[in-house]
Amino acid sequence: MDNNIAIKADKLTKRFGDFVAVDAITFDVKQGEIFGFVGANGAGKTTAMRILCGLSTPTSGTATVAGFDVYKDAEKIKKNIGYMSQKFSLYEDLTVMENITFYAGIYGLSDKDIKDRGAELLDRLGIAHEAKTFVGSLPLGWKQKLAFSVAVIHRPKIVFLDEPTGGVDPVTRRQFWDLIYEASDRGITVFVTTHYMDEAEYCGRVSVMVDGRIDAFDTPANLKKKFSVDSMNKVFYELARGAKRKAD
Amino acid sequence: MNSPVLKQLYAFVRKEFYHVFRDRKTLLMLFGVPIAQVLLFGFVLSNEIKNSKIVVCDYAKDYGSQEIIRKIEASKYFKVQKATLTHDQIETAMKAGDIKMAVIFPDHFYNDLSHLNKAQIQVIADASDPNTATTITSYLTNIINDYQAEALAQNNQSYTIVPQVKMLYNPELLGAPNFVPGVMALVLMLICAMMTAVAIVKEKELGTMEILLVSPLKPYLVIIAKTIPYLLVSLLNLTAILLMSVYLLDLEIKGSVVLLFAESTLFIISCLALGLLISVGSTSQMSAMMTSQMSLMLPTMMLTGFMFPIENMPFWMQGISYIVPSRYYYTIVKAVMLQGLGFSAIWRETLVLGFITLILIVINVRSFKIRLA
Repeated sequence: MDNNIAIKADKLTKRFGDFVAVDAITFDVKQGEIFGFVGANGAGKTTAMRILCGLSTPTSGTATVAGFDVYKDAEKIKKNIGYMSQKFSLYEDLTVMENITFYAGIYGLSDKDIKDRGAELLDRLGIAHEAKTFVGSLPLGWKQKLAFSVAVIHRPKIVFLDEPTGGVDPVTRRQFWDLIYEASDRGITVFVTTHYMDEAEYCGRVSVMVDGRIDAFDTPANLKKKFSVDSMNKVFYELARGAKRKAD
Repeated sequence: MNSPVLKQLYAFVRKEFYHVFRDRKTLLMLFGVPIAQVLLFGFVLSNEIKNSKIVVCDYAKDYGSQEIIRKIEASKYFKVQKATLTHDQIETAMKAGDIKMAVIFPDHFYNDLSHLNKAQIQVIADASDPNTATTITSYLTNIINDYQAEALAQNNQSYTIVPQVKMLYNPELLGAPNFVPGVMALVLMLICAMMTAVAIVKEKELGTMEILLVSPLKPYLVIIAKTIPYLLVSLLNLTAILLMSVYLLDLEIKGSVVLLFAESTLFIISCLALGLLISVGSTSQMSAMMTSQMSLMLPTMMLTGFMFPIENMPFWMQGISYIVPSRYYYTIVKAVMLQGLGFSAIWRETLVLGFITLILIVINVRSFKIRLA
């Protein structure tokens, strides 16, 4: 087992009846890397991610997450990952601090850790004065930054972000990515799905999914070189043109 | 059970209580509905009844009987018609809706009373409307007691007049005091099943359920944490209903309160399990609510015997009523609360209720695994 590999997938496949949602994908993610998982809607990104998070079992192929097998050790995987879904995932009728306490609590953090890390988190986001504000009354950008910070409060090895920046403006998105970089600097591996191609540019390496397959997998710079284009947007167009599946 | 699990559970249950106590609609549902139900059923249905038409058949025509009849006539509750009718004539008059009650004084009434200090009168009430029947019977009993008290005070005579009460058409008096067990079944069903289903579906809708499933939290902990607040609130509600019944509606709890609470807890668990089951099949809070109402509330109202006697239903409907948990709970509560019976009288119902609960839990455990796949 290579210690520098956070996630490894080999011919990972998921079928729903006749439909092959994830078609024998093979890739690996290095520790501390920001790994972009891009593809059109319905390309199979979310399904693949759900398998890696232990929410779904693959039909065939193998995968390890944080060194644990997705078939046998789903429980151990869960302890080592954080997750933020495309739906906003904090409780609006709870205050900022209550949300932090709840999520830290279900990850089994001690009271002291909850207090310390909660204060540190609020400081980093610059919202210490909002600790007792109901999350429902915060602006969306803040909520998303808070949701991300809460998703890594238990200091997981890997954090999975499923289209985390849907519906926010570019400035807030940029700030959100600053948080991702900080997490990566602290050694957390970031696995992020997105369909914003400017975000794909921020990633260390990117895999592009088309019709359940990974059709391209490299650093953004190399991908652009390979397709002789000047942006990830164009790389994506080149690849997605051949897609048979309609977006859902 | 090690302490990290308890810690997770604690964090979760606390969060659930925030949800419950911060949502006005939920609070209204939890506490407003039971109070409204009890008051509605209690006061609106058993309000004072005035000017009931009754017939008095005085076969004695003596000092005693006439004294009592005068008192009855003076009461605002009765409109008295004097006639010596036979039993058949009384029934015909009741069926025609002319009279609500017949009071019959036998021959030698005062004779018995003054010599034996003891006499009987017969009271026949039309119990097809059980509320009216019990209410006017108790008015009459009060008048007779009043007469006895006066006799004691004035003549130092200790008379005992025993009214032989006969309820026609509905001897078990389905209705009046029976609404309390019915309301208990209804309210517990509403709170436990519907609120639990809605609370879980809400997490699915918000997308937080996914976060919970990705977390190391064991699925059974999610279930337990989601249901504990409603279990506690239900017990609280039960206490409130019982207190209201005792102090507002003068309904005494004849049997063991501990037994009543133990049986209620069993019923609550079966309701929680039903709520969980509904949450599996529902994708929106709206559909969870509708499913709960159609599949739980209606059977509870219709098939427990609390509003309509089961014996009068078509055979196939009686069959369905056997799988409705509230039917058994209703029988149990009636036995314990109204008749003062002990566990030996209700062990069969308890067993069936326990069995249904067990089956529901097993189905839940299985479907939860499917949910995770």
